[in-house]
Amino acid sequence: MTSLLKLEQVETYIGQYHILQGISFEAIEGEVSVLLGRNGAGKTTTLKTIMGLTPASKGNITFLGKPIEKLAPYHIANGGIGYVPEDQGIFGDLTVEENMRVAMRKETEEAMRKQDYVLELFPDLKKFWKKHGGHLSGGQKQMLAMARAFVNDSKLLLIDEPSKGLAPIIIEKVMEAITEMKKHTSILLVEQNFMMASKIGDTFTLIDDGRTVQSGEMNALIEDEQLKRKYLGIG
Amino acid sequence: MDLLVSLTINGLATGMLIFLLAAGLTLIFGLMDVLNFAHGGLFVWGAYTGVFSYAWSGSFLVGIVVAIVTGLVLGFITEKIIITPVYGNHVQQILITLGFMLVLQEMIKVVFGPNGVPVSVPGYFAGSWEIGDVIIIKYRVFIIVIGFTLFAILQYILKRTKIGLIVRAGVMNKEMVQALGINIKRVFLLVFMVGAALASLGGMLMAPYSGVVYAEMGMEYAILGFIVVVIGGMGSFSGSLMAAILVGLAGSYMAYYVPFLSLAVNMILMAIVLIFRPQGLFSTVKG
Repeated sequence: MTSLLKLEQVETYIGQYHILQGISFEAIEGEVSVLLGRNGAGKTTTLKTIMGLTPASKGNITFLGKPIEKLAPYHIANGGIGYVPEDQGIFGDLTVEENMRVAMRKETEEAMRKQDYVLELFPDLKKFWKKHGGHLSGGQKQMLAMARAFVNDSKLLLIDEPSKGLAPIIIEKVMEAITEMKKHTSILLVEQNFMMASKIGDTFTLIDDGRTVQSGEMNALIEDEQLKRKYLGIG
Repeated sequence: MDLLVSLTINGLATGMLIFLLAAGLTLIFGLMDVLNFAHGGLFVWGAYTGVFSYAWSGSFLVGIVVAIVTGLVLGFITEKIIITPVYGNHVQQILITLGFMLVLQEMIKVVFGPNGVPVSVPGYFAGSWEIGDVIIIKYRVFIIVIGFTLFAILQYILKRTKIGLIVRAGVMNKEMVQALGINIKRVFLLVFMVGAALASLGGMLMAPYSGVVYAEMGMEYAILGFIVVVIGGMGSFSGSLMAAILVGLAGSYMAYYVPFLSLAVNMILMAIVLIFRPQGLFSTVKG
């Protein structure tokens, strides 16, 4: 079990608001780690803080043993962390092809092979290759966002609420894709849909009011009705 | 008919010169969200360094190259020293770039002298063609060709090249571009330098067209550049070209047919567009 990403007592402000007040957890190589918590608990800010988009004001973030909390977002991305934001961040006036081209750091043979693999994973993207990103459906946008993050050799993918606003059948497809991607990369997932999180997650970290409440194996959380009821409002 | 053709060519040439100024402005605003009032200073510095190099070397091409290099260097310095500290604050941007514009303008007087400098059209573009009753001035055609050629090149870069795609993506979502591993600050700097070089080139090309360069010309044309950016749509390249042609033609026709309105025509055009289409004729860098 190799630790890929480690957060220790991370704190983040957005403007005057103290959003993260002590987040600590580890993401393990080869696993899907899931961040869980109610709306406004600080899950999205945690991902943005890891990416350097809302920099941490205190605490340590290490990726592959190196500190990254002071690095610019593009350094963090080039260091091997891919990011799929909650709103997917699709460039609406660019085609699917152009979105992929912007994402692809080097247009090498290896990268093109990875792109072919991604297009097999998400055949819809191939079908709508010349379509503008803004004209895609919610599910297709999610697939494009994941494909963009995956096309480079990211060692860790941060995926923020991939099931949000999607129809159940599309959620199934997204889950299948994440399961497939897990064979090639580690994943840190933020997910409100506990059914989905519990099916694909290996470990969990519960966040409440900007603080880590508990981390552990997903199977342990599935059986812990009290914890689920208290922090997730289910069970 | 001959008069109408002459006025149209005159208007198109003026429009192209304004387009060179507005193209940089619209890109800088679209991508970087920066209101750069110093743009006119880059225009006038391009005009002066280009004209003096032209006079010294006897080659108009040398003048053009020097103007472009001046724009790139001044663009680099302006972005690094003036713009970087005020990203995200429009009020500070207006104040500091307006102040820097005045500094650039006064520096022209210190370095090149306070008086205007007469400029002649280079020999191979001097004179005119006569087609029937129509007289076509060669230099104006040259400006129109240069303007359309640069528009085509910039369109190609924006639509077909990787850096162009990154610029367009950056206009839409800077945060996401960074999260994909791209140093957006470096892209900002590049765009700013290219915008400054376009302004400087515009200044150099304007010099033989107007027959004289003077320190205050930067401010005068920068205002026209801003009007064009507002009419065309902030961040739209095609919009800037259309609006520049519109402003150039309107100025040319009005100066002849309704002279008392010629100074106001640009403001009237801008007011009409703002009333009926506040976002401008086009919007965002779609090409």
